[in-house]
Amino acid sequence: MARPDHALTARRLGTAALAAVPLAVLGAFFLYPVGGMIQRGFWPDGAFDPGGVLDVLTRDRVHRVLWFTVWTAGLSTILAVVLGVPTAFVLHRLRFPGQRLLRTLIVVPFVLPTVVVGVAFRQLIATSGPLGGLGLDGTPAAIVAALVFFNVSVVVRTVGAFWEGIDRRTEEAAATLGASPARVFLTVTLPALAPAVASAASVVFLFCSTSFGIVLTLGGLRYANVETEIYLLTTQELDLTSAAALSVLQIVVVTGLLVALHRARRTAPPLARAGESGRSPRLRDLPLVGWTVVVVALLMTPLLSLLVSSLRTDGGWSLANYRALQGTGADNALLDTATHALQRSFEVAVQAAGLALVLGTIVAFLVSRRPRSAGVRRLSATFDGVFMLPLGVSAVTLGFGFLITLNRPPLDLRTSSLLVPIAQAMVALPLVVRTVAPVLSSIDPRQREAAASLGAGPARVLLAVDLPHAWRALAAAAGFAFAVSLGEFGATSFLARDDTPTMPVVIYQLISHPGSANFGMATAAAVVLAAATGAVMLVVERLRVGSVGAF
Amino acid sequence: MSLTVRDLTVAFDGTVAVDRVDLEVPAGSVTAVLGPSGSGKSTLLRAVAGLESPASGTIRYGDEDLARVPTHRRGFALMFQDGQLFPHQSVARNIGYPLRLRRLPSARIADRIAELLDLVGLAGFGDRTPATLSGGERQRVALARSLAVEPRMLLLDEPLSALDRGLRERLATDLHDILRRAGTTTLLVTHDHEEAFAIADRMAVMRAGRIVQSGDLAEVWAHPTDAWAARFLGYAGVLSGEQAAVLRAVIDPSGSWTEVALRRSALVVDPDGPLSGVVLAARVSPEQTRLEVDVDGLGTIAAVADPARPAAVGERVRLAVRTDRLATLPETQPSEFRHLSLE
Repeated sequence: MARPDHALTARRLGTAALAAVPLAVLGAFFLYPVGGMIQRGFWPDGAFDPGGVLDVLTRDRVHRVLWFTVWTAGLSTILAVVLGVPTAFVLHRLRFPGQRLLRTLIVVPFVLPTVVVGVAFRQLIATSGPLGGLGLDGTPAAIVAALVFFNVSVVVRTVGAFWEGIDRRTEEAAATLGASPARVFLTVTLPALAPAVASAASVVFLFCSTSFGIVLTLGGLRYANVETEIYLLTTQELDLTSAAALSVLQIVVVTGLLVALHRARRTAPPLARAGESGRSPRLRDLPLVGWTVVVVALLMTPLLSLLVSSLRTDGGWSLANYRALQGTGADNALLDTATHALQRSFEVAVQAAGLALVLGTIVAFLVSRRPRSAGVRRLSATFDGVFMLPLGVSAVTLGFGFLITLNRPPLDLRTSSLLVPIAQAMVALPLVVRTVAPVLSSIDPRQREAAASLGAGPARVLLAVDLPHAWRALAAAAGFAFAVSLGEFGATSFLARDDTPTMPVVIYQLISHPGSANFGMATAAAVVLAAATGAVMLVVERLRVGSVGAF
Repeated sequence: MSLTVRDLTVAFDGTVAVDRVDLEVPAGSVTAVLGPSGSGKSTLLRAVAGLESPASGTIRYGDEDLARVPTHRRGFALMFQDGQLFPHQSVARNIGYPLRLRRLPSARIADRIAELLDLVGLAGFGDRTPATLSGGERQRVALARSLAVEPRMLLLDEPLSALDRGLRERLATDLHDILRRAGTTTLLVTHDHEEAFAIADRMAVMRAGRIVQSGDLAEVWAHPTDAWAARFLGYAGVLSGEQAAVLRAVIDPSGSWTEVALRRSALVVDPDGPLSGVVLAARVSPEQTRLEVDVDGLGTIAAVADPARPAAVGERVRLAVRTDRLATLPETQPSEFRHLSLE
């Protein structure tokens, strides 16, 4: 029989071995490529030379890019908050028939691949499109509109969930003390809501300032933010030093923002949760309900317009655009057919989601334990933080890093078909961890202790206690990772070879080629991709796991 | 001025929570609505505050019909079970909230806050945040905030229920005194008859959305309307039929009542008493010995004994009846008679 300290040592070794698996993968396929990219910037010719990086940051064009990134993201954030907060009230604080449908509709834009949103807005505002008369084509207004479209749901969800938890009676107490509805909102509701609004706004700003697909599809070569500039520098101008400089700058800023956000949330006072349902709308809620209807209509317009446009060719209704997906487009815009690309996208998404789920579940399992020793707890927190890093590093930087580091020994994967799934798994990994870990942490450890004291071995405990609690979260995380992978464009755009593209890459190739036939085909491809992603997310939504999409 | 509720009905999604209720809260009184959870008493209170819209009926304050008066113009301060202090404001700012709403000069506000903190026994707590207070302190602050602008009426929703027992008893006495000193007309709802007795001077008993009995505290207490009301008001047991007849023969041979509610101390061990029974259980407390006795003809019933004269389990004792510790109940409801006559 093993002595107790032997048993302890064995358990620690087991934990360390378990932790080593995801760490090794993260090290090889995230830290190594990103590190290689940083090295490329600071050690351009093998010798340490930060001058190059600093030099890049003084260029006029870089200043323009930075300013464009900040103002589009800032404006989009403000608009998303203005549109989203009243909508959050109506969808989460009131109760009326049809509300569930509205809530589902409002989430749709957020789960769509960025390329799909880009195509939808392009056909909407193109000179020949339904809103062509506004002359928005090729203007920053189109980019801002698309960013707002994409992020309103983040505001509605984050603020709405928080608002639902605010005890209505605090507001009622203020009303009985003589506060008018406007005063109640200003003095009681708003101060309570402020942390959620700030949190939602920071996340939206982060998403907007690191947006790639939307800016690339709508801004083209004229308007670039930091993300698309990195892409253009790498693929068009082959200026890797400048690209690396921008990547480093972005990592620093984004990581800083994420840390600040995390801190701010931790210091926010705990909420008084009131599990009550909303009240029926009153007459004075009418303007807000109207506002919500307008917001939902605005969100649906580009999508419906995309659908209609995909079904029309040469002024008549037809499925020609969909039939064209079996080919390679006009003037052979593609090297492979779109249907093959769709099939490939599914295969890649299965591999990526599988890898992300396995690694993410291990990480979630380890960080959800509550170790007694302070040292182990700190170690666990660091471990957790390391796997959140991919959130702070843009997908473009990751793809770029893959490109320049995994092309030679020790890891030469240039020809490997696993390159794209691995990169996508890295992008999805933090999302899996954030979905599963809260659910595992919420299990009372005494349940495991009770099972163990009744004679269950560690494996039995997992089966009897953890799995029944966590299976929904695991399924939701797998679906979420699958949907993210289906639509992933940032890293994939670097890594997918032209003859083996995924569906988002095909869509981008189609809209980059001139010709209305190719654009028509792109709209059909976008509808198909949107439908696939939407279907997966609908299933995920049905699982009702609260932590999905919580940032 | 007094509050008059007439024929008030409040319904949610077809479920009637308050059913044709009449209630009078006289000026300067403290009126308690006593009812079990789900009886609709909180809904009644919320309707008075203007937080629920009635399906029918009227609520008047003096001669003023409140139907179209929104909550914030009623001048009725509502204090919730858990206080509902604003967590982002200090104690002083919480209490000053209604005063700032009325744009009083800040010196007046500061004076009034100090005065109120004094009234509720929390002088010097102004700079604390609600999170640092105990449950009882929070309720005191909530009370001070409710009293700050001298509301036309104070509405209390289970003001002490969230507190533990010792604190509850102390705060109930304080609340009683503070309300009398402030002279504020008060409507209180509670499920705890002790809370109601400690604070109120008038009472209405509510069951399944209806007021089944109302009046002065002593009056309601002395004449429960039926067996259910008697038990809810704290009577230990109700005798009816044969057993009631046995007791009637002993204490009131000329009476015609058929049901009687007994307090725990209605039967007392007395060698000269008319009843006899066997002690089943005895529990000693400092004031008295609480017994359970199998009384001949009455069945198992609560009784008390002087601790100086202990009674042992299994012992046969004689019992006297204290008629001031019991209440005869009115005849069975007419509806049941109708039902019987149909058969």
